[in-house]
Amino acid sequence: MASPTSDLGWHEPSLLEKIRSISWPLVLLIFVAASLGVAILYSAANGSMQPWATTQALRFAIALIPMLGAALIGIRHWFRAAYWTYAIALGLVIAVDLRGFVGMGARRWVDLGVLQLQPSELMNVAVVLAAARYFHSLSNEDVKRIRFLIPPAIMVLFPAALVLKQPDLGTAIMLLLTGVVLFFIAGIRLRMFLLMALAAAAALPAGWHFLRDYQKNRIYTFLDPENDPLGAGYHILQSKIALGSGGLFGKGFLLGTQSHLSFLPEKQTDFIFTTLAEEFGFVGGFALLSLYALIIGYGFVIALRCRSQFGRLLGLGIVTNFSLYVFINTAMVMGLIPVVGVPLPLISYGGTAILAVVFGFGLLLNVGVHRDVRLNRRGESQPS
Amino acid sequence: MRPEAQRQKLFTRRAAVLAGAQAGVLAALAARMYQLQIVESDRYVVLADENRINLRLLAPLRGRIFDRFGVVLADSRQNYQLVIIAEQAGDVAATLDALGILIEVSESDRRRALRDIRRKHAFVPVLVRANLSWDEMARVEVATPELPGVSIEPGVTRHYPFGEMASHVIGYVAAVSDQELTGDPLLELPDFRIGKAGVEKSQDAELRGTAGTSQVEVNAFGRVVRELARVAGKPGRDVVTSIDMSMQEFATRRCSAEQSLASVLLDAVTGDVLALVSIPNFDPVPFSAGLTSGMWQDLSNDPRKPLSNKVIAGAYPPGSAFKPVVAAAALSAGVLTPETSITCPGYLSLGDATFHCWRHGGHGTLRLRDAIKKSCDVFFYETARRVGIDRLAAMARRFGFGDVLGVDIPGERPGLIPSREWRLATSGTAWSQGETVIAGIGQGSVLATPLQLATMVARLVTGRAVSPRLVRADGLMPPGGDLAPPVFPSLGISPHVLALVIDGMSAVVNEQGGTAYGARITEPDFAMGGKSGTSQVRHISEYERDHGVRKARQIPWKERDHALFVAFAPVGTPRYVCATVVEHGGTSGGGGSAVAAPICRDILLEAQRRDPVRRVPEGYAVAHLAAPARSQPGG
Repeated sequence: MASPTSDLGWHEPSLLEKIRSISWPLVLLIFVAASLGVAILYSAANGSMQPWATTQALRFAIALIPMLGAALIGIRHWFRAAYWTYAIALGLVIAVDLRGFVGMGARRWVDLGVLQLQPSELMNVAVVLAAARYFHSLSNEDVKRIRFLIPPAIMVLFPAALVLKQPDLGTAIMLLLTGVVLFFIAGIRLRMFLLMALAAAAALPAGWHFLRDYQKNRIYTFLDPENDPLGAGYHILQSKIALGSGGLFGKGFLLGTQSHLSFLPEKQTDFIFTTLAEEFGFVGGFALLSLYALIIGYGFVIALRCRSQFGRLLGLGIVTNFSLYVFINTAMVMGLIPVVGVPLPLISYGGTAILAVVFGFGLLLNVGVHRDVRLNRRGESQPS
Repeated sequence: MRPEAQRQKLFTRRAAVLAGAQAGVLAALAARMYQLQIVESDRYVVLADENRINLRLLAPLRGRIFDRFGVVLADSRQNYQLVIIAEQAGDVAATLDALGILIEVSESDRRRALRDIRRKHAFVPVLVRANLSWDEMARVEVATPELPGVSIEPGVTRHYPFGEMASHVIGYVAAVSDQELTGDPLLELPDFRIGKAGVEKSQDAELRGTAGTSQVEVNAFGRVVRELARVAGKPGRDVVTSIDMSMQEFATRRCSAEQSLASVLLDAVTGDVLALVSIPNFDPVPFSAGLTSGMWQDLSNDPRKPLSNKVIAGAYPPGSAFKPVVAAAALSAGVLTPETSITCPGYLSLGDATFHCWRHGGHGTLRLRDAIKKSCDVFFYETARRVGIDRLAAMARRFGFGDVLGVDIPGERPGLIPSREWRLATSGTAWSQGETVIAGIGQGSVLATPLQLATMVARLVTGRAVSPRLVRADGLMPPGGDLAPPVFPSLGISPHVLALVIDGMSAVVNEQGGTAYGARITEPDFAMGGKSGTSQVRHISEYERDHGVRKARQIPWKERDHALFVAFAPVGTPRYVCATVVEHGGTSGGGGSAVAAPICRDILLEAQRRDPVRRVPEGYAVAHLAAPARSQPGG
């Protein structure tokens, strides 16, 4: 591998230059969102830092280190590490299947001794990295050929199937949708999408058999939630009551009745948006959505300004993955889609989720820092 | 780098499409939020409040029941009950075992507690034992550190200081049955009790009070988080009965030797029921907790009917005790004068039928006074025949027979005064003169309750339509007696007629040859008058008539005659009236004088001794016969 200095007049920017070129406004937005998350967790625990808020703040603070690390490492290193990262994440997912223990009725966690990891969350980032590298190396012509689409398709479908088996329908859907978006922005032909859509439609009945009973129930419930208000429809009904009773300005911080009286399920994780919207109303919920929109918009700008396909795909892939978290979670708690356990990024309580999301932002920042680095097909840096 | 530029261009285009799609999704999310939080917000606010706010009723304290002087007959007492909260106790079975060493925990208590724990939320206190004694409570309290989840909670139970002494007046309270639910949520409280008999039932609306409410915030599991608002209820009002508890105690003790008896003591002037005894009585306490099926079986299968208040619900043929009514009807109608003589040969023939006098050989020729005194049946057969059923029935109704008197407790029976219409309606046949004749001695179809008999005497001695009452709407009796006793309208019967009848009843007790002479009161100031009665329970057969009636002891208890006595005292200005029916207690020939009269005597004597003034207000004393044309004593 050639050393950076051997490149034609281009030199690796110094660490200070890199730190200066980090998109600090984006970091600030992320920080605001995470702080808001800690505040809601404080409220969800009936006005107490225990058991969630302190831990979450600490986790976010710790996650900032790998984020900055990820941002500052040379992008070509990420290019080279892409498949390795993917392989490690895949290994962890398989490890969950082998020796994971049952949490919430589903095998999703792997206990690494010091922390419990939910590898399916990391898988999201790994898939983006791997696919970005793969499509970067493909020529414009090869992208249009179907046989070159088979490896990335497996790259996405294999972990998705493993995750679905855990069973974690939400993350599996996330992986699939992220993959679809990556294919789209990588520039594959639109008629391929048509083909993929047909294939997906054909696979639906088979996929239905793959679902566990509770997942099928959630879909039935979604179709008619108020039919069974104390059974499976309870969660979504209570969630809608919490949102609706929040009204325009909400009930006030720490005054949400639905969350504090335990009517809300999973108020600190998947349904945390409801806690926020109950206490801060439409105004609060809209503000959070706007904050997310700003972060997503920032991500788009960073990705579009990047000069390497790898960087663009990586950046937009990360942003898309993030926005899918937001959309699926909020649509779920608003009763727009069935309940599929997907956390609200930066807000929901959960170690791996915040680590994966913040680490993903580290990669996005990396793309911004290295926007002018050109990479050749083999991932070698070239001067701009 | 042309391909690279191309690639970037395609990427930018696709990214723009993606951005557009994401903006669309965000807009859809915002729109959904707008719909839920702005458009449909009101609906969800209501749903959220329904979720969290629970209205709980606070049962009001039930009012007390007093006797006329303010002695407490029924009140609500705090008791202490042992409860266990499963989630705090951990191992419930072990905790119950530990409790069983300290206090008595029966197998059924244990089973019920374990069953309730299974059924209810783990944070709901479940009753282990009610009515802890002070001693038991102390033992548990000392041990509470070692008994997690066990606590002692106050509850309320109905307390009857006199136990079964006045159970037929006071009645009892018990859990609300499904039929009694009116939609009032108070009745649905698990511990709520309502009056089921006696004053507890008739005055239930007064005693009950109004429920308070407590608005509590509950969480999704129903656990109360805090109280939001509380509206205190109004405790039930106290009720004053007419009973004089000391008289009630005396009368109950006096009657307790009998198997089945009804006795009532009235204040003839005010109509106050001073004592009401129905034997056997019952213990009102177990009803509140719920009778066991065994207890219920025992009570309902007992042939002596402990749950029936025989004073108002026992309808008996009054027998000879009805004769004063017949006499009053005949005198009022003018078909009889004090001087009218009728001969009793021992029987009266009417067409094919023969009506016998209780005295086999007959009484010879006698006039009204002696006829009452000796209770001659033939005299009253003939008198009734002369009066006719229409006038006889009308007079009986005036004296309070044939319909409920409206006393303040439920279960009163109307008795029966037969009439031509009644005969036609029930059997479709015409009234026969024989029925009139037999009604003349209070037999046949005539039925009366002991309270009606007492009321008859009260009306007789006052000349007014006295109505008995058990509840004093005017409250406790003031120390000097009632200032404004109820004023009853006149019966419209000539005082002279009444005086003649009263005089005859006085002779029954106070003159030799009177049927109740043996039961007379020897203290002249307290002397009573009265009339005995024996009512046949079964038909006397020809065989018995020919071979002599068997002695009472030879007849099964259920077939023996009822013994009745009605009495008033003192003779000069009667104030107290007593009627006693001893079920199956009479001897076939001697009337109620042997068994029932001594009871009346003792009760009336005691009532007068306790009330030395015996004031009888102006207009309430029927003029005593100034110069009665007395016939020879005895005979």
